[in-house]
Amino acid sequence: MDTSVWLSLSSVELQALQLSLSVALRSVLFSLPVAIAMAWSLTRARFAGRMVLDAFVHLPLVLPPVVTGYLLLLLFGTRGPLGGWLANTFDVRLVFTTAGAALATAVMSFPLMVRSIRIALEGIDHGLEEAARTLGAGALDRFMTITLPLMTPGILAGAITSFSAGLGEFGAVITFVGNVPGETQTLPLALYAALQMPNGDAIALRLATLSFALGLTGLLVSEFFARAVGRQLGRHDA
Amino acid sequence: MLEVDVHKQRGTFKLDLAFKAPQASVIALFGPSGCGKSTTINMIAGLLAPDSGRVQMDDRVLFDSRAGICVPAERRRIGYVFQDARLFPHLTVVQNLRYGLQRAPRDDRRIDLTTIIDLLGIGPLLQRRPQQLSGGEKQRVAIGRALLSQPHLLLLDEPLAALDLARRDEVLPYLERLRSFLHVPMVYVSHQFEEVLRLATHVVVMDHGQSLASGDLCTISLHPSLRALIGAEAIGAVVESRVDSIDQQNGLARVSIGHAEVQVDSTGLVSGQPVRLQLLARDLILAVEPPRGLSVRNVLGAVVTRVKADQHAVLVELDAGGVTLLSRVTLSAVQQLRLQAGSNVWVLVKAMTLRGHVFPSPPLPDLQQPSD
Repeated sequence: MDTSVWLSLSSVELQALQLSLSVALRSVLFSLPVAIAMAWSLTRARFAGRMVLDAFVHLPLVLPPVVTGYLLLLLFGTRGPLGGWLANTFDVRLVFTTAGAALATAVMSFPLMVRSIRIALEGIDHGLEEAARTLGAGALDRFMTITLPLMTPGILAGAITSFSAGLGEFGAVITFVGNVPGETQTLPLALYAALQMPNGDAIALRLATLSFALGLTGLLVSEFFARAVGRQLGRHDA
Repeated sequence: MLEVDVHKQRGTFKLDLAFKAPQASVIALFGPSGCGKSTTINMIAGLLAPDSGRVQMDDRVLFDSRAGICVPAERRRIGYVFQDARLFPHLTVVQNLRYGLQRAPRDDRRIDLTTIIDLLGIGPLLQRRPQQLSGGEKQRVAIGRALLSQPHLLLLDEPLAALDLARRDEVLPYLERLRSFLHVPMVYVSHQFEEVLRLATHVVVMDHGQSLASGDLCTISLHPSLRALIGAEAIGAVVESRVDSIDQQNGLARVSIGHAEVQVDSTGLVSGQPVRLQLLARDLILAVEPPRGLSVRNVLGAVVTRVKADQHAVLVELDAGGVTLLSRVTLSAVQQLRLQAGSNVWVLVKAMTLRGHVFPSPPLPDLQQPSD
C-alpha cells in the first residue's frame, strides 16, 4: 500500500475516515436483510396498509434529515421508549455512540436500498418462480435458489450505493449522536468542525476532496458489480 | 385415470370443464387460442385454484373444493413444460436439469439424467447458459428438466407454439420418442391439430371454456365439433393400424384398414410397426360400381352409414369393414349416385394423398412397462 497518502492525513482526519467507513459498513450490514424483506413485502405480498408502509419507508428521502435525527432522538434517547429499554435490558446506548451513528445512517439510506432491491425484484419473471414450484421447490427453497440469486445485482448495487451515501450522512447523525471526535465524528462532521475553526479551510478542502474521491469510487464500483453480475445472469442489456 | 371437473370465473370469461381420460395416455386439450386450455392445465398443476370442482389423478385427490383439499403445486408431482421454456437464467443447462431431480424423492427416481440427455440429444449443451441456446434447444432442455423431476403427469402448454416451423419439426420427434420410451402420462395443450394427430391418444375438444367432446383420437376425428374448429377441408377419419408388409421395390407399405389394405409411401416405416393414418375426407373418392382401369391402387368396399349436407358439400360417413371413414363430396354427386344410408360403395384412396398423413402410433399403454 502507498503509505504516503495516509501519512499526509492527520490522525484526526484518518480517524474520521475510519469512522465513516465503519459507520457506513455497519449501517449497510444492519439494513440489508431488513431492506430485502421490505422490498419483498412491498412487491410480492398482498396486505392491507401496503401503501402506507411504502410511504413510511420513503419518508427519510423527503423529510429534512434534522427531523429524522430528532425523531430518532425521541425514540432512542436515554429517556425515549426504545432507548430506555435498550439501555436497561442490553446496556446498549445509542446516543453519542458509533452504533447510534450507524443507526441514523441506516435509516437515512434505507429508502435507497429498498428502491434498488425492489427494482431488481420487479424485473424477475414471476414465471421462473412458478417453474421452480412445479419442480418441487417450496416457498423458502424458491426464494433462496431462484429469487435471491436473480436479485443479486440489485442487492449489490443497493448496498454499495447505500454504503457510499452512508459515508457522507450528516444531518441525522449530528442531530441524533452529536459531533464527538473518535466516536461519531465522521468525514462530513469533521469537515463541518473544520469549517468552524479559524484557518480550518485547508483541512476542510482536503476532507472534501477525500469525500469526493470516496463517493465517486463507490458509484463506479457499484456500476461495475451490477454489470458483472448482470452478465453472469445473462442480461443482454448489462 | 385423470379426472378433471373445474369451474372458474375470470372477469367475463367462464370456464366449466369436465373430462375423464385414461391416465396411461397422451391427453390433448385441443381448441382455439383463448378457449381456456392454459387455464385448465394451470389448475391441474396447482398454479391456479379453481373456484370450485375437483381434480383427481388415479387415487390421489389434488383438489376438491367440497372437501377443502388443495395440494400445493410443489407437492403435486406434476411436471410442467411452459410455452416460453422458463429455464433459470443464472444456472447452466445441467444445473437446470438437476433442479427438479434433486427435489424428487430418492426412492422414486425412475428417470435418470443420462437417459434424458440421450433421448433429447442435449449432451453438447450441458455447460451452456440458457441465453446461449436456440428456441428449440431451450424447449428440449425444459422438457428434460420437467421429466427429471420424476413427475406422475407431464403438462405441456403449447411447447412448440413459440417456435418457427423448422424448430417445431426439430422438437416434435423428441416428444414422440419420449412418449414411446418413458411412459409418463401427458396432457398436451395445442391449437395445432397436426401436433394432436402425431402425439395424442385421447383428445378433449374445447371452446369457450367448455368441453365439446372427449374421447380417443379416432372417435374425435369423426366428431362434428372438430369440423367447426379445424374446418371441413382438414377433416378426416383417423385410423389406427399396423404395417403388414413393405414392398421395397416400389417403395410402398401395405397397411390394413378393416378387411382391406391400402398402400402408402414406405419412407420411415418398418414391417409390423403400429401406425396411425389420417384419411382426409376431401381426398376420398366414392364409386357405386367396382372401378376399372384407374391408377388408384387403394380401393375399399364400404357401406354408407350417414349422409350429412352443409352449405358447400356433403359429408358421407362410411363403414369400411368395421372402420369408420369420412368422405366429402359434392351435393350433385350424392344426387347422381343416389347415395344414402345403406348404399354399397367403393372408396378410392390415392396413395400419394396419404403422404404426410401416416404417423407412428403411440405404444399401447398395457404392453410396455417403464424400465427401471
